[in-house]
Amino acid sequence: MSPFLAVIARDLRLARRQGTDIAMTLAFFVVVVALFPLGLGPTPELLARIAPAVLWVTALLAAMLSFDRLFQQDSEDGGLEQLALSGLPLSLLALAKAVAHWLTTGLPMLVLAPLLAVSLNLASDAYWTLVATLALGTPVVSLFGTVGAALVVGARRAGVLVALIVLPLLIPVLIFAVSAIEAASAGLTIRVHLLFLGAILAASIPLAPLAAGAALRQALD
Amino acid sequence: MTELSPAPGRLTATDIAVARGGRPVFAGLSLSLGPGEALRLAGPNGGGKSTVLRVIADLLTPLKGAVRWNGTATSEDPSAHSRRIAYLGHADALKSALTARENAETMLSVAGRNNGAALDRAFDLLDLQRLSDLPAGWLSAGQRRRVALARVVASGAPLWLLDEPTVGLDAASVSALERAIAGHRAAGGMVIAATHIALDLGPGDATLDPGAFSWTTDVFGEALV
Amino acid sequence: MHRFANPTRFFRIANAVLPVLAVVSAGLFAAGLYYALFDSPADYQQGETVRIMYVHVPAAWAALACYATMALAGASFLIWKHVLADLAARAAAPIGAGFTLISLATGSLWGQPMWGTWWVWDARLTSVLILFFLYLGYIALVNAFDDPDRGGRAGAVLALVGAVNVPIIKFSVDWWNTLHQPASVLRMDGPSIAPEMLLPLLLMAGAYFTLFGVMMILRLRGLYAGRRLRQMRLAAASR
Repeated sequence: MSPFLAVIARDLRLARRQGTDIAMTLAFFVVVVALFPLGLGPTPELLARIAPAVLWVTALLAAMLSFDRLFQQDSEDGGLEQLALSGLPLSLLALAKAVAHWLTTGLPMLVLAPLLAVSLNLASDAYWTLVATLALGTPVVSLFGTVGAALVVGARRAGVLVALIVLPLLIPVLIFAVSAIEAASAGLTIRVHLLFLGAILAASIPLAPLAAGAALRQALD
Repeated sequence: MTELSPAPGRLTATDIAVARGGRPVFAGLSLSLGPGEALRLAGPNGGGKSTVLRVIADLLTPLKGAVRWNGTATSEDPSAHSRRIAYLGHADALKSALTARENAETMLSVAGRNNGAALDRAFDLLDLQRLSDLPAGWLSAGQRRRVALARVVASGAPLWLLDEPTVGLDAASVSALERAIAGHRAAGGMVIAATHIALDLGPGDATLDPGAFSWTTDVFGEALV
Repeated sequence: MHRFANPTRFFRIANAVLPVLAVVSAGLFAAGLYYALFDSPADYQQGETVRIMYVHVPAAWAALACYATMALAGASFLIWKHVLADLAARAAAPIGAGFTLISLATGSLWGQPMWGTWWVWDARLTSVLILFFLYLGYIALVNAFDDPDRGGRAGAVLALVGAVNVPIIKFSVDWWNTLHQPASVLRMDGPSIAPEMLLPLLLMAGAYFTLFGVMMILRLRGLYAGRRLRQMRLAAASR
């Protein structure tokens, strides 16, 4: 097994053994979505109107809670140094970490989101678009989260800090994803929105690991 | 003994200067280590023993000076340099949720060094076979240290960098470690150990106190008053 | 060696420039405010409120320039490891945050008579607000570490990542704005600008940029003294 795949396999195995970590992130996602009908009242039209934004904003917030899994524990127990000395370039190490993070956070959210959308009365035309925006958007969230998590290794209040620095950078993803779902609900074309999301993903795949690798280099120094 | 891969070579560090958090640690430090040789880093707390190990591992870039392997700067190919090193940090790098054996295996396979037979020998040497299926979270501090050492012993890397390897170890485990070091050196391996106790690295070992190489200026190049 | 490049020489030059820069800045502010408030025409559409623009627009420019300064200083710190570069990036951040805040506050004051409300999610205001968030994240990050070098290096990487993202964020906010805003809303900038309005605008821009220089030198002096003090205390404790 190549070192790149070995890092992914290691993180997946750890995630499976410490399953409550993932479950808590997903539970947060579900609970916060459920708060909106309770706060706004159960009017179906209103919920359908806000469903795309609620689902995406909540998914972003839930993801913020999961980033400390990426490097914080490895940094505290000495595992990060071992990973850095594995011979794998730090940028590829960051990419492997991002892939494992997406498989354990982005992918389960992708599965959960349509179910939650039912509870928010999302327009029936918009389900596939919701899934498509999450499929293109959540990998970007994982990639940016890797950059943020690498930057805050060893910082005080790292969990809040990572949200503060990553959320503004994810605003474009939020805008294009939500407007795509809204367009689909209104029966308009969604191609342009998805192309923008795809372009952001395509640019993030090489650039975010480079930045995260540089950040890890500084974290080890 | 485990075959060493890649082959041992000559490690040199010349005129290294390091500052940590704006604090000058040491300056003008040089060292040289050939196949089969051992070096002990000694000196008081805060003298920079761990820092020397981190510089040699390329985890930390010095302000001045360079580390070379057979004359080539290690920074030219960091990945190749990583593959020469088995590093034991002051933390054990164990995950509580994995067993002792899984811990050693996952880290070794990340480095592309997972070798079942070598790991068996290392677990035998450090008397870990009975513990190998227990979660690392259940082990004592000394037992955890032995698992971390087993990972180094089983790695087959030519250069061992050991940061206070004896912390938490009982007398029997210290002599097991000394046997492992002797075997590694006999196979041509190299060892640099930061330790403040009398760990026997074998015949012909050298000692270096990084604290003796102090800065004469601050990091801005101005005189310290 | 550049990393031992002499800060004493840098501060000798900077201290000589400082009073000149301060006087120029004060002069530009006086002239700029005079033209902006008294000797320029009212806008045919916006009326007298257009005068707020002369304070608002250059502040936004200066805020962007601060971010660019921060990213460039961060890049030089990562490449050459010169401590002064880190101090420059740290010095620029709160100044830039201050300019974004001025820009937001004046934008809000302008919005009240024009739109009848203190805050409108206009594309430009929203972009400046996000720029403010980027500054907040940077300032929080560089101060979150016990080791100041570690904070400076993390901040430098973040400033560079942010610099790459700023155009994308700007574009996405413009896109979002055209989707959600009725087209009749008055934009904060006209398609072209009359020459008699350009003069106060440029004077005020010059005033802001020289003020930026003055504050940079003052903050750099303070940060450098702090670093020196830290080193001396550590050195004194270790002997």
